[in-house]
Amino acid sequence: MSLMLEVKNLYKNYGAVEILKDINVAIEQGDFLVLVGPSGCGKSTLLNCIAGLEEITAGDVMIDGRNMTDVSPKDRDIAMVFQSYALYPTMTVAKNITFGMKVRGVDAATQKTKLNEVAKQLQMEPLLNRKPGQLSGGQRQRVAMGRALVRDPKLFLFDEPLSNLDAKLRVEMRTEIKRLHLDLGATMVYVTHDQIEAMTLATKIVVLRDGYIQQIGTPAEIYNNPKNLFVADFMGSPAMNLMPAKAVSTKSGTTIEIERPGDEPLILVDKAKPNLPENVIVGLRPEDIAEAGYRAGKGVQTASCLVDIVEPAGADTYVMTSLGGNEITARLHAETQAKPGEMLEFAFDLAKVTYFDPETSQRLN
Amino acid sequence: MTDFSTNQMAKKQGRAGQIAMRWGLYLILCLFALYYLMPLFVMLTTSLKSLEEIRTGSLLSLPRNITFDAWSTAWSKACTGIQCEGLRPYFLNSLLLSVPAVMISTLLGALNGYVIAQWKFKGSNLIFSLMLFGCFIPFQVVLLPMARVLGILNLAGTIPGLIFVHVVYGIGFTTLFFRNYYVTIPQELVKAAKVDGAGFVRIFWSIFLPLSLPIIVVTVIWQFTQIWNDFLFGVSFSQAGTQPVTVALNNIVNSTTGVKEYNVDMAAAIIAAMPTLLVYVVAGKYFIRGLTAGSVKG
Repeated sequence: MSLMLEVKNLYKNYGAVEILKDINVAIEQGDFLVLVGPSGCGKSTLLNCIAGLEEITAGDVMIDGRNMTDVSPKDRDIAMVFQSYALYPTMTVAKNITFGMKVRGVDAATQKTKLNEVAKQLQMEPLLNRKPGQLSGGQRQRVAMGRALVRDPKLFLFDEPLSNLDAKLRVEMRTEIKRLHLDLGATMVYVTHDQIEAMTLATKIVVLRDGYIQQIGTPAEIYNNPKNLFVADFMGSPAMNLMPAKAVSTKSGTTIEIERPGDEPLILVDKAKPNLPENVIVGLRPEDIAEAGYRAGKGVQTASCLVDIVEPAGADTYVMTSLGGNEITARLHAETQAKPGEMLEFAFDLAKVTYFDPETSQRLN
Repeated sequence: MTDFSTNQMAKKQGRAGQIAMRWGLYLILCLFALYYLMPLFVMLTTSLKSLEEIRTGSLLSLPRNITFDAWSTAWSKACTGIQCEGLRPYFLNSLLLSVPAVMISTLLGALNGYVIAQWKFKGSNLIFSLMLFGCFIPFQVVLLPMARVLGILNLAGTIPGLIFVHVVYGIGFTTLFFRNYYVTIPQELVKAAKVDGAGFVRIFWSIFLPLSLPIIVVTVIWQFTQIWNDFLFGVSFSQAGTQPVTVALNNIVNSTTGVKEYNVDMAAAIIAAMPTLLVYVVAGKYFIRGLTAGSVKG
């Protein structure tokens, strides 16, 4: 398969401020690349660099094998959807969608055919003669998508397209974007700060922080094998539990000792015998801590802990306890009898555990 | 008496006080309005009286016999110096001068504002500050250099010369207006249009200009009022055939021989002021709307 987008050693500075540092990403035709990270990490800037709306300081941007570094946005064969939708306020929906074709001198008949196709695809035929001001947020979003779809570009770029919608609509549109991606087989680059959007949509995720790529991988890789503490903490909701601990190697396995307030330390034994330094940070996702008896497997170890808070969320119940000086969340089944202030037997699934070096914050196992 | 009813009493008293305040306020506002309208009233009534009546009657009385003689004299017969053609040719001069000057300065302001707000380049902020500074340079300061420049350009004493002066002087203001309006338009709109394939001119013409009606109205009213009412540039950079109406009005009032024709003076003044009044009455509501535009999203 050919590479549809390739970003090579890209740097971007604003004056003396370095926004992006040595970015290297490549995706193939049909990939859905999500750039995710906290605000200010440079993800939107990277997207603008790919679009050609920002000049890059060093490096190359290749689209479908062609070096686009010095090519203007209109000649890059891309379409972009913006957070604020950026619809032309004085034009009707139909004119908004056909503006790009009009500028490029496409004949009126083709414009009309394409417009009808897209309107049908996005089910917005009744809206074509309205102005953007008369549309709801979701409808505006749809028009913005239509404006991109009608171009049939090599690359779709999305800049936080759902963050102005309410929660319910956001989930609906998310599914719709995913369906579009499947139907069209198009290549898409999508920027978001929402790690759930990243997980659900991507075929490939880039986690960014302070202008550096933290990790590139499939959603499963990012979720299950985070490379460092930042990725572990950022991806997943509720976040991964991170507990400072002391590790000691013994014959039967590696003993992990985690401090508890007003109680003896919690001792877990990892029989996989990972080779660990004395001070480590233990990472376990909430779903890898269950109520004893509800989780089986080689790595499962049980211990009773004091329940601080119980949060029923319908399908699951989240239970908080204090370990290693942090509030730890366990994702329990909905019918759990856990009560705040009482002891409960937890099952820790050490088959899923990750260890991090507290100094370098890199993953150890 | 219970607490409840004293409360009610206090409330009633409060209300009565509020109503009294309101009426007092209206009364004061009415008095001010009357005070400000007085000169217009005197001008209008005086212009409709005959000279005889002006001499015998009081300043504030209504005309006994309404006559439009003074108006027609002011328009076509009053003497400005040695010529006695009334205001008409000068009124025409003013039109020939204001309309192009307003149009050119508004268009240039729109282009400048568009560039400074949406196509920032190195030093664009400095240029904008300098243009702003240009708004505050007093007219007198530029008189001599401008006279010299007009001489070099061979435009001295001509209507195009006056247009040039007003365009140069107006650009600072028009740029400020348009720039402040255009900075409220999200930059993503320009980005979207760029990705769609539109260039600098296309984006301006198809996206920004259609959005600009409110600010165009504001700018046109502002510029038209400034240029039409200007006296100093008019008197400095014009000659016999190219004087604007403000200069002619001054000449009419100052060059009467023998009896002072107050009614003609008043009529001439009203005629000279009419276009700016008219522009404000016709487009005034857009003016207020335009000044506050941008704070509300479309």
